[in-house]
Amino acid sequence: MKPRVEVVAIDCLMVRLFDEIAESNMPWMLAACVRLRENFGVHLIDLVPSYTTLMVHYDLLALNPAQARELIAQALNGLTPDAQASGQCHVLPVWYHPSVGPELSLLAQRSGLAVDEVIRRHSEREYQVFALGFAPGFAFMGLVEEVLAAPRLNTPRKRVAAGSVGIAERQTAAYPVVSPGGWNLIGRTPARLFDRGRDGYSLMQPGDTVRFAAVSHAEFVNLGGDDTPLEVSA
Amino acid sequence: MSRLSIEASTALCLLQDAGRFGVLHLGVTQGGAADWLSMSWANSLLGNPLDAAVIEVTLGGLTLQAQDDCCLALAGADLGALLDGQPLAPWRSFTLRKGQRLQFTQPLLGARAYLAAPGGFTAPQVLGSCATVVREELGGLDGFGQPLAKGAELSYAGPATTLREVPGEQRPDFRRAPVLDLVLGAQHGEFSGQSLFDAFNSTWTLDTRADRMGMRLLGPALQYQGRPMISEGIPLGAVQVPPDGQPIVLLNDRQTIGGYPRLGALTPLALARLAQCLPGQTVRLAPVVQETAHRQHRELLQRFR
Repeated sequence: MKPRVEVVAIDCLMVRLFDEIAESNMPWMLAACVRLRENFGVHLIDLVPSYTTLMVHYDLLALNPAQARELIAQALNGLTPDAQASGQCHVLPVWYHPSVGPELSLLAQRSGLAVDEVIRRHSEREYQVFALGFAPGFAFMGLVEEVLAAPRLNTPRKRVAAGSVGIAERQTAAYPVVSPGGWNLIGRTPARLFDRGRDGYSLMQPGDTVRFAAVSHAEFVNLGGDDTPLEVSA
Repeated sequence: MSRLSIEASTALCLLQDAGRFGVLHLGVTQGGAADWLSMSWANSLLGNPLDAAVIEVTLGGLTLQAQDDCCLALAGADLGALLDGQPLAPWRSFTLRKGQRLQFTQPLLGARAYLAAPGGFTAPQVLGSCATVVREELGGLDGFGQPLAKGAELSYAGPATTLREVPGEQRPDFRRAPVLDLVLGAQHGEFSGQSLFDAFNSTWTLDTRADRMGMRLLGPALQYQGRPMISEGIPLGAVQVPPDGQPIVLLNDRQTIGGYPRLGALTPLALARLAQCLPGQTVRLAPVVQETAHRQHRELLQRFR
């Protein structure tokens, strides 16, 4: 790892740690986050991790660019990946069903696997949260098995139900709120992914790990899930 | 406490402050006044913190009636404001007596006006800010991102202050064709030489595709020659270039990460100026290095000390 620091705005520097998306990036990214937060202290306004980079937004009234670069250099000096720094592990219950996951059969067709096998493979892995974006609490997770990878829909849906779980290329995600979306939907989770009343707001934070657990329709409803079929709610 | 009732409004009349900070990594956008400088002036006229809650009126369409005697301040665009039918120019504080109406009719100069009240308008803090982000259902009077609506009531708690004006030489000149300073950075080295020349030697026309997320510039197509990017954090003012080569300046309500290459980002002063431009207007871009931009911005902020 040979970090590079690039100017991206008057008060923002991009710390580029890697060139490729990999699960093995995350322990480094998390360790760097911890060190950067410590070093910048109250002068840090935002720190945005995303796959291979960390964007550092600092208080330009307190620091000039050279001082900010120095703080970054200090933070990265002697950095080691911290396995302990890896975040929480979440288990997200998912009701995998064509009525809320219309692309289940498409993924089965593409992969040549039975629908049950698609579900088993999707819920078998532990995924890394690479970044949050697109909407509050929307976590980009990966990597899904190559065989389950599928391109985004040609025409995004105007309305995807909250909790919808989808796949795009080798990433998977769950929609926190109703929104437009182009991911291949395979199920729905009753978990509240973004809650303004909760400490930290978002259930998942960058660097957390996530496993999906298949649940029955009854369990899904018991957990508070809304089973309105996607076509009806669209 | 003084109150104002909203008699008419549009989806572009929003409660704003400086926006949300410390939550970008959760996918929560910044929000906040698009023209931070005019917001600061409006607040400064009343002795408020520069980021106290204000009303951002884009293009017009807002009518307020005072339920009590009110002391307010107006800065930014001239949206043809009328105080009980009499023209009211921006860049001043003024009194609105009980029963009087303040109406924003149409954009005469600039695009966004900022109305401030002593101590700031009362609003719930959601994730540390009252900034209205409709898409994320955050902020505003109700806390759930709704624009100001007819029938709602605004209030503030601060005391009336001496009436003042922003000195003429301090007011931005919205008539002059804008030259927007762009802090060079990000992937700017991976655009073709011709594209870098074009970026800073062309006249760019503002597209109608413009909102609080971003404003599109139309002109020569810029060519990125680097490899496809992995999504990364997007700072305020980032100038990104999608495959069609037409730059988009990303504003307060932008998405938090994205994978289009960028030339860098506009300075805060350039962003404030851009926020006052309407579709069809032309702008030019000027490269500036980060250190210079930083020094100039700190000098600019001295005005408010």
